Amino acid sequence: MGGLVYYSSRSGNTRRFVDRLGLAAMRIPIEGDAPLPGPRAPFVLITPTYADGQGRGAVHKQVIRFLNDPDTRRHLRGVIASGNRNFGALFASAGDVVARKCGVPVLYRFELAGTETDVARVKEGLDRFWKTQFSTAI
Amino acid sequence: MKDMTHTRPIPRAINWNRLQDDKDLEIWNRLTVNFWLPEKVPLSNDIPSWSQLTEEEQRLTIRVFTGLTLLDTIQNSVGAPSLMPDAVTPHEEAVLTNIAFMEAVHARSYSSIFSTLCSTAEVDEAFRWSEENAQLQQKSRLILSEYDATANPLRRKVASVFLESFLFYSGFYLPMHWSSRARLTNTADLIRLIIRDEAVHGYYIGYKFQRGMERLSEAERAEIKDFAFALMFDLYEIESRYTETLYDPLGLTEDVKAFLHYNANKALQNLGFESLFPDELCKVNPAIMAALSSNADENHDFFSGSGSSYVIGKAVATEDEDWDF
Repeated sequence: MGGLVYYSSRSGNTRRFVDRLGLAAMRIPIEGDAPLPGPRAPFVLITPTYADGQGRGAVHKQVIRFLNDPDTRRHLRGVIASGNRNFGALFASAGDVVARKCGVPVLYRFELAGTETDVARVKEGLDRFWKTQFSTAI
Repeated sequence: MKDMTHTRPIPRAINWNRLQDDKDLEIWNRLTVNFWLPEKVPLSNDIPSWSQLTEEEQRLTIRVFTGLTLLDTIQNSVGAPSLMPDAVTPHEEAVLTNIAFMEAVHARSYSSIFSTLCSTAEVDEAFRWSEENAQLQQKSRLILSEYDATANPLRRKVASVFLESFLFYSGFYLPMHWSSRARLTNTADLIRLIIRDEAVHGYYIGYKFQRGMERLSEAERAEIKDFAFALMFDLYEIESRYTETLYDPLGLTEDVKAFLHYNANKALQNLGFESLFPDELCKVNPAIMAALSSNADENHDFFSGSGSSYVIGKAVATEDEDWDF
């Protein structure tokens, strides 16, 4: 099984989602001057969306800082994005931005802290995803 | 010298370069960038579409919009201002003034829709209806009694989040329903702007609620949580009856209720609480979900092979100065 890295602001929605997954995960710190995690093995990123009405600022600066490290980025295999459907076409658009910048698939989208269905789908999905990843890698 | 004991202290000038809570600036920026006015939406393009609705459908639409107007009026004139004395930072207070004003814009927007599409007599009838409708009055009373209570800032925030993130949705359903049938699509565009604003309001006030909860003892937190769920139950009862009264004639009640459950859960999540309604009661009609977020496929799930992951539908803006690659 590959790794999991997430960002959650103090609203705590993403943290609550990750807690319910029950999987080991590294958290990108909220504080701009705190040391960032540096995964050196394949991982999936879970990130909320902060886009304004024009789609700007979708990816949090801390997530960008984290991905700016080429050694970290190399190991990114996919992104799971959260958001709120109230934002219409820009719902979970942080996932699209990261996917385009890093050339990885958007694996899943969920709203706020996610539903029970979301948690179950992501758990199963990640399990299957890593199995295929590792079998094709060999 | 005059007695100064009852004189309001002079506030400190607000310094946006010294923040106690980064969220205040983040939300201020979000709200100001998202600012809009109803004049920007070409509502008059909906005139032909309006005339295709039956008289009953027109009356329902006007009534639903007067109901929404009432909630926006309360939030503008009482709700957001009542949160200001509770603000823990000067920046929070400033954000609340923005929220209050946007609620006035929302309330004003419904009148723009009315003046574009409806006759004065029809609109006057609907406003009279809103003053006499039992459920509208009951939910307003429940919310106002929390806003007026002097004791508890956190209860006020619960009431505010429930208004912004739950009570509006029995009304928002209808323009999304029309939009899914290619009716009143410009009106739906305007409503989507309101829906977007309400999401930010609910998120921010919910966030401040969670910060306030952190300062309480476990017992106090449990008491507030019980209060929140009890208020949700009471509001849900009223919303159910309101929904039946309005939507039974069109056969849409069950569809609207799924939308209510879904939004009630989101309101609770804004407060940091778990969901109340199980997922099987929240299966919103896919056409309504599509009307809400048009491009986002309803259930993007790469894991199970639905949704094209690499394809980006619309160009998404990126701040390239932050990215090193």
